[in-house]
Amino acid sequence: MTATEIGAPVRRKEDFRFITGKGQYTDDINRPGQSYAYFVRSPHAHATIKSIDATAARAVPGVLAVLTGDDLAADKVGGLICGWMIHNKDGSPMKAGAHPALAQGKVRYVGDHVAVVVAEDYATARDAAEKVVVDYGVLPAVVDMNEAVTGKTVIHDVAPDNRVYDWSLGDKAATDAAFAKAKHVTKLHIVNNRLVPNAMEPRAAVGDYDSGTEQFTLYTTSQNPHVARLVLSAFIGIAPEHKLRVIAPDVGGGFGSKIFIYAEETVCVWAAKKVGRPVKWTADRTEAFLSDAHGRDHVTDAELAMDEKGRILALRVKTKANLGAYLSTFSSSVPTYLYAPLLSGQYDIPAIYCEVDGIYTTTAPVDAYRGAGRPEATFVVERIVEVAARELGQDPTAFRRRNFVRKFPHQTPVIMMYDAGDYSASLDKALEMADYRNFGKRKRESARKGKLRGIGFSAYIEACGIAPSAAVGSLGAGVGLWESAEIRVNPVGTVEVLTGSHSHGQGHETTFAQLVSARLGVPIDQVSVVHGDTDKVQFGMGTYGSRSGAVGMSAISKALDKVVAKGKKVAAYVLEASADDIEFKDGRFQVAGTDKSLAFGEVALQAYIAHKFSGQELEPGLKEGAFYDPTNFTFPAGVHICELEIDPETGVTTIERWTAVDDFGHVINPMIVEGQVHGGIAQGVGQALLEGARYDANGQLVTASYMDYAMPRADDLPSFQVGTTVTPCPSNPLGIKGCGEAGAIAAPPAVINAITDALGHEDIAMPATPQAVWKACQKAARKMAAE
Amino acid sequence: MASVSMTVNGKSVTGNVDPRTLLVQFLRENLRLTGTHVGCDTSQCGACVVHVDGRAVKSCTTLAVSCDGAHVTTIEGLANGTELHPMQAAFREHHGLQCGFCTPGMIMTAVDMVNRKGSNLDEHTIREELEGNICRCTGYHNIVKAVAAGAQAMASTGQKVAAE
Repeated sequence: MTATEIGAPVRRKEDFRFITGKGQYTDDINRPGQSYAYFVRSPHAHATIKSIDATAARAVPGVLAVLTGDDLAADKVGGLICGWMIHNKDGSPMKAGAHPALAQGKVRYVGDHVAVVVAEDYATARDAAEKVVVDYGVLPAVVDMNEAVTGKTVIHDVAPDNRVYDWSLGDKAATDAAFAKAKHVTKLHIVNNRLVPNAMEPRAAVGDYDSGTEQFTLYTTSQNPHVARLVLSAFIGIAPEHKLRVIAPDVGGGFGSKIFIYAEETVCVWAAKKVGRPVKWTADRTEAFLSDAHGRDHVTDAELAMDEKGRILALRVKTKANLGAYLSTFSSSVPTYLYAPLLSGQYDIPAIYCEVDGIYTTTAPVDAYRGAGRPEATFVVERIVEVAARELGQDPTAFRRRNFVRKFPHQTPVIMMYDAGDYSASLDKALEMADYRNFGKRKRESARKGKLRGIGFSAYIEACGIAPSAAVGSLGAGVGLWESAEIRVNPVGTVEVLTGSHSHGQGHETTFAQLVSARLGVPIDQVSVVHGDTDKVQFGMGTYGSRSGAVGMSAISKALDKVVAKGKKVAAYVLEASADDIEFKDGRFQVAGTDKSLAFGEVALQAYIAHKFSGQELEPGLKEGAFYDPTNFTFPAGVHICELEIDPETGVTTIERWTAVDDFGHVINPMIVEGQVHGGIAQGVGQALLEGARYDANGQLVTASYMDYAMPRADDLPSFQVGTTVTPCPSNPLGIKGCGEAGAIAAPPAVINAITDALGHEDIAMPATPQAVWKACQKAARKMAAE
Repeated sequence: MASVSMTVNGKSVTGNVDPRTLLVQFLRENLRLTGTHVGCDTSQCGACVVHVDGRAVKSCTTLAVSCDGAHVTTIEGLANGTELHPMQAAFREHHGLQCGFCTPGMIMTAVDMVNRKGSNLDEHTIREELEGNICRCTGYHNIVKAVAAGAQAMASTGQKVAAE
C-alpha cells in the first residue's frame, strides 16, 4: 500500500466498525457496578418549587439516592455557565440569570431538572421518579417574545423585562443617511422557525468515581470533551482538571447540540461520588426534545435600500432572538457575533446596521444549531435580495451579480474581512448545472399538468474556523478558538495523530489520516487518529463551526512540518550530511543531488534507537505538537438553486432539482465533503418545509416526538447535484475553508425563494407545510382574481 | 420475571427478564449486542431494526418474551466472519453513513427491502421503503445509492439474509 493523495475520495477508515455494529457510543459503555439515573422534570413552564418529598421514592427497593438542587448547593457545585459575554448598547454587561443543574426554588421550562433518582436499574429509577412529590406554585408561562419584554412575568429577577441584552453592530448614522437618499426600499418581516437538532444518538452520560485515586471519569456525548472538562472543573467545580477525565467515544451526530455542557452530565459525574457507584443516564427522545438546546427562533424586520439601478446602498435589521429560559453555553453569541457580521452576504453593501434583543422565555434554552447565526443571517439577506429584485423587475441572478463583492480582500461594514472568493464563478457554474436557460420551458410544462413550478436562489456566505483567539476574545468569548495536534511517530514508522477536534460523523479518522499519509508518504492504514479523550489528547477546542479542517488540520499540518524538520536532522546524522542538504519527498529523506536516502520508517527507527547521534546534540524520539491559531475567519461561499413543483390542489411541494456549487477552498476528501453538503441541505430543506418546534400558550412543547415534529425522511428529498469552485483560503496553510454547515445555511432561502416564485411572489413562512402552501395558493389565486 | 429463549445470530440464548423488557433491551443489555440502537421512543426512527424470523421489525416496540423461540438476526450477525454482507460493503463504498448511529437499522431495513422487493430497486421505491428509518447526517442521497448498489450485489452473489 502506498501513500494516499490529497483530493482522493478515500473510503472511510471508521466505517468498518459502524457497519458491523461495533461502534462504541456512550450508551454502549457499561461500567462495573453501574447504576442508572432518571431525572424528575418540571411539567410546568414556570413555577416555584414549594417542596420536594422524596420519601416514597427513596423507599422503592433498588433506589440508591434521590438528589435535588439543595444537595448540589450543599456540595457547592456551581451552576452551568454561558461562555460568551455580550454587552448592551450602553456598554453594560448582559443580564444572565443563574442556571443550576438541578432547580433551586424555581423551574423555568417544561423539562427543567428538578431532581434525579439513582437506582439499580433504569426501570426502577423511572418508576421511582413518579413517586417524587413536588409541590409547585404555578406561575404564568411566557412563550411569546413580545409578551416577554413587557415584563409582566419575570423569569429571572436579574432581567426585569426578560431582556438578556440589547445589542447592536454597525454604523447607524451612515445607514440612516443611505436610506434617506435611497430610490427604492424593500421591507421584509421574517420569522426564522425554532428547530430541534435531533442528532440520532440521544445525549447520554456515564459518571464514574474512583475513591482510591480520587479520580472522576465522565463518558459523554460531546463534540468538545476538553471544553466540557474545563467547564466542569473551573466553573462548576466538580473536580480539578487533573482529577477529571472526559471521554467522548463515538458520537452519533451533534449539529451543535453536543457542544454544550448540560445539567445531566454534570449531575451524573457528581452523583457517582455521592452514591459510590458509576451512574449512567441516557435520554429518551422525548427528553431530547424537551431539554437539548434548540436552534434558531428569530423574528426580524429587515429593510434594504437601493439606488435607481438596483445597487444596494444599505441594510437595516432589527432582530428579536429567543434564548429560552437559561443561557446555554454559547447561546449569547449566536444571534450576535455569529449572526450580524454575516449580514453583508456576498454583496458590497456600504452601510449596515443591526440591532438584536436577546430575550428570555419559558422555553428550552436556544443555542448553536448547524450554522448557528449564519443561517439566520443568510435567510435575511437572501430573502430580501430576492424580493428586492422582484420589486425592481430584475432577474434575481442579475440583481445579485450586480451587487457581488468583486475585489478581495473586502472589508464589510460589519467586522468581516473577506479574504478570497469568486462569487460570479459559482453562480455561473450553478446556473449551467441547473439548466436555468430552459427553466421557462419546464415551468410551462408543469403548468400544462396543473402544477406550479418555481426556482429559488441562495448565494450564501459563512464565516468558519472560527477565528483568531485574540479577535474572539475582544468580542467577548471566554475561550480561544485555536486547535492543537500532536504527531507521534512510532519506532516502526507508524503514526498516531492526536487531535483536539472530535468527529461526530465527519470522518476525521479518514481525512486527517489522509493528510498525514500524503505528507509523510506513509500508507493510510499505518496512520491512526486519536481523539475524544482528555487523558490522551492534551487539550483541544473541539468540533463545531466547520473548524476541524481549517483549524484542526492546520494544527496537524504545523506539527507535520516539525516532524519533517526533526526527521531531516536525524537523517543528516545517519547519512553523514548537513541537515540543510536533506530533502524530504515521497516518504524519503534524501541528500540533495545524491542517491543516498532513507525511508521515513528508517528515520523513525533511527530517531528512537539514537545510535547515530548524541542525545546531547539532538533529542531522541520523533513526536511533535503544535497549536494553531487562525489568522482570520474562513469564508466558504456558494450558490444553491432549488427548483420545485407545487400541486395547488393539495399544497404538496416536490423538490425537482437541487443544484449546489460551493467554494470550500482546497478539498482533502471530496467524497466526505459532498456528504457534508448533502446532509446540510437536508437539514435546511427540513427547516424550510417540515420542521418547527411549537410551544402552546402554557409553555408545553407540543412537538416533542417524531410523531409531531416532522423530520426529513428519504421520500421528502431529491438527490442533489453538487459541484465546486475553488479559491484557496489564504489564511491557513492548507487553503481549506470548511464545509460542514454550508448546506444548512444555503438551503432555507433557496426553498422559500422557489416557493414564492411558484406562487407569484406570495410570501410564506417556514415551515412551508402542505397546509401552509395550500393556503398561500388560495390567497394568491384570490389576489389574481381581484386584479 | 419471565424466561425467554431464542436464537440470536445463530446462537441459542436464554434469559430471565422482567416481562416488560423490550427486545432491544434484551439484545443490548442482556446479550451486550450494542450494535442495535435506540433513537426514539415512538417507533419512528428505525435505528433499532433487526430481523425476527426473516422479517424486519423495530426491536424497540417488540417485547423480548414475544420472541420466545424466534430466530433473530442483528447487525452483528450479518457479516460472514470478516467477509462483509454486500449491503454492508455497499454502505461503505457509497459513503452511506456519517455518524453511524442509524446505520445498523438502515442496513437491516435495506436487506429486508431486497428480500421483499427484489434486487432491481429504483430510487422512488428505495426512498418510500426507507420511510421508517431516519438519518440526520447524510440527506439520504448516498444511502439511496448504497441500497441500490447493495441490492444488485446481493443478487450477483446470490445472498439472502444471514442466519435465517
